[in-house]
Amino acid sequence: MKVVLENLTKKYPNRNKKEGGEVVAVDGFNFEIPDGKLIGLLGPSGCGKSTTLNLISGLEAPTEGKIYFGGDDVTDLPPENRGVGLVFQNYALYPHLTVRKNIRFPLENLKKGEKMTNEEMDAKALEAAKLVQIDEYMERKPSELSGGQQQRVAIARALVKIPRVLLLDEPLSNLDARLRLQTREEIRRIQKETGVTTIFVTHDQEEAMSISDMIVVMKKGVIQQIGKPQEVYDNPVNLFVAKFLGTPPINVFEGKVRDGKVWVGPDAILDAHGVPDKDVWVGIRPEGVIPDPTGPLKMKLLNIETMGRDTSVVCKDEAQTGDSLRFIIASDAKIDRKSKTVNFNVKPYKAFLFDKETEERIKIK
Amino acid sequence: MQNGKNYKAWLYLLPAIAFIGVFMIYPLIDVLIYSFEEGFNFASQSFFGTGGYNYSYVLHDPYFLQAVKNTFILVIITVPLSTGIALLISVGLNSVKKFKEFFQTVFFLPYVTNTLAVGLVFMILFKKTAYSDGLINLLITAFGGSAVDFIDGPYWAKMFVLCFYTIWVVMPFKILILTSALSSVDEMYYKAAKVDGTSKWRIFTRITLPMISPMIFYLVITGFIGAFKAYSDVVAIFGTNLNAAGMNTIVGYIYDMLYGNSGGYPSYASAAAIILFAIVLTITVINLLISKKNVKA
Ligand SMILES: Nc1ncnc2c1ncn2[C@@H]1O[C@H](COP(=O)(O)OP(=O)(O)OP(=O)(O)O)[C@@H](O)[C@H]1O
Ligand SMILES: [Mg+2]
Repeated sequence: MKVVLENLTKKYPNRNKKEGGEVVAVDGFNFEIPDGKLIGLLGPSGCGKSTTLNLISGLEAPTEGKIYFGGDDVTDLPPENRGVGLVFQNYALYPHLTVRKNIRFPLENLKKGEKMTNEEMDAKALEAAKLVQIDEYMERKPSELSGGQQQRVAIARALVKIPRVLLLDEPLSNLDARLRLQTREEIRRIQKETGVTTIFVTHDQEEAMSISDMIVVMKKGVIQQIGKPQEVYDNPVNLFVAKFLGTPPINVFEGKVRDGKVWVGPDAILDAHGVPDKDVWVGIRPEGVIPDPTGPLKMKLLNIETMGRDTSVVCKDEAQTGDSLRFIIASDAKIDRKSKTVNFNVKPYKAFLFDKETEERIKIK
Repeated sequence: MQNGKNYKAWLYLLPAIAFIGVFMIYPLIDVLIYSFEEGFNFASQSFFGTGGYNYSYVLHDPYFLQAVKNTFILVIITVPLSTGIALLISVGLNSVKKFKEFFQTVFFLPYVTNTLAVGLVFMILFKKTAYSDGLINLLITAFGGSAVDFIDGPYWAKMFVLCFYTIWVVMPFKILILTSALSSVDEMYYKAAKVDGTSKWRIFTRITLPMISPMIFYLVITGFIGAFKAYSDVVAIFGTNLNAAGMNTIVGYIYDMLYGNSGGYPSYASAAAIILFAIVLTITVINLLISKKNVKA
């Protein structure tokens, strides 16, 4: 099911009475989610991710704008008529019901005409449980399951009615690192198997990047960028997106463009033909440098850490923003560990310029 | 280590245990002993012999049987009704947005009001005097009925007043407990249910009720116990000569046996008290068994 958001806006009255006015939780969203894709909705806390999901599910009514599922305008439909499955941040499994009854619950609500027999419901519930591999635990209560298992029950409950759209609100936030990794692969698998159009909310960029067909990066209710994860990573439209994606994060320097060259401190690190002279932010991805004693980017060397297959070089520079600079280099790269300084060549496609004021990307031709 | 811990735990519990022992266990045993001592005399602290005669006397005393009947009617009518009405009001309160606190305060007021003062209000509502028939009778006659004497009249009328009063008095506490239980149910369950297309009624019966069921059972159990121990409410409405009014309760009977006009029979009182204890214990155990089966939150 294709999902289209058209100028979708949600304003809340400000909770802080003194400030008054309104909080714009979702500001003029326009985008289209292709059928059967998994979309990662990504942004820092409070940027309106949950609100967006609530609007799509129908739990909240938009202040402005329209929502279409396929060709249908569902803006004014109540949640139960939209055919959405929703997995909550805390799962919201009914604690007094067993796994089977939790998964069956949506089926038991079906109105006349769609009503199922007891056996049909049990069969459907089992089918959904098998899909998420939770069928061994049908008679347990949610409190007798681990976080990951509860999460799978929640997904089974959301899937059992075969929703047109599956919405997941930070479903992995309560899991430990290992289980998170495992479960996100699982979600990907289930999504592929069912082909349900899925929106996955997270503030963890790695999570979003790893499983999404497309990511939507938000900031304060405004969409910053939409695209395939790698595209967004390689081509951020502004400093916010560049900073938000990637671990370790992008290294940002204060710099300037003079006479077609990008300067960081006294070093001219890159060519920038056709860019007028101005002050800029220079962002260099951690993997964007190659050690070279004659390289133009010169920094103080603080530390070299080898972790598994990566070697990371921790540096310091007068022009840096943030606490430290960290670059990842090939572990067989030659670098003088005893030296107080280090020189790098910069890969042009891993370095980005941003306007000092607007923080918008400046493309180097 | 383990023993040391145990010893400490008991030490901390000691004040409570001592208190319960002196003021509850000891009197209970004492009453039990009294109840088997026949013809106990306060003045001489002597008795004729031991046996079950006190029980036999009490169980054949028409006043006691009347008291048991009254108490049971009171319990059976007021506990379910008051809990049910309190639930309705709490659900209503929970769904209003504006003036919620105001309404909660209003419903809670009777709780902080003296029983006897509330009793007085009921007198005004129900009592027939030389000057007026009471407000309720005014209403009844206004709608074409004939006035009923609720305080000195027929049994059912008196029972009605007593039940009404009892429900009225226990209501605030129940509403307080239930509204807080209701608001402690996490909003996300309702959201999940809404997305699942659950009707309002099903949300109430399948989600809200089970989730607050521990509190409901708590109210039912304490309600039973409280209603079995009814006494002061009855006095507040019908005065102290309850046997004559035919409105005595078990606790009232015990009191009368001890200190009433025809009192001075601690043995009979003790036997009645033990019977009450046995009834309350049985009902409470049954309640707990049922709740164990049904309440799983
Ligand atoms: N019912 C409400 N009334 C007023 N303001 C609200 C309401 N719900 C959300 N907001 C505001 O809208 C903004 C977006 O909230 P939202 O819950 O969508 O954020 P989020 O991106 O899901 O954050 P998180 O990652 O912390 O869950 C926040 O500033 C929040 O304070
Ligand atoms: Mg959220």
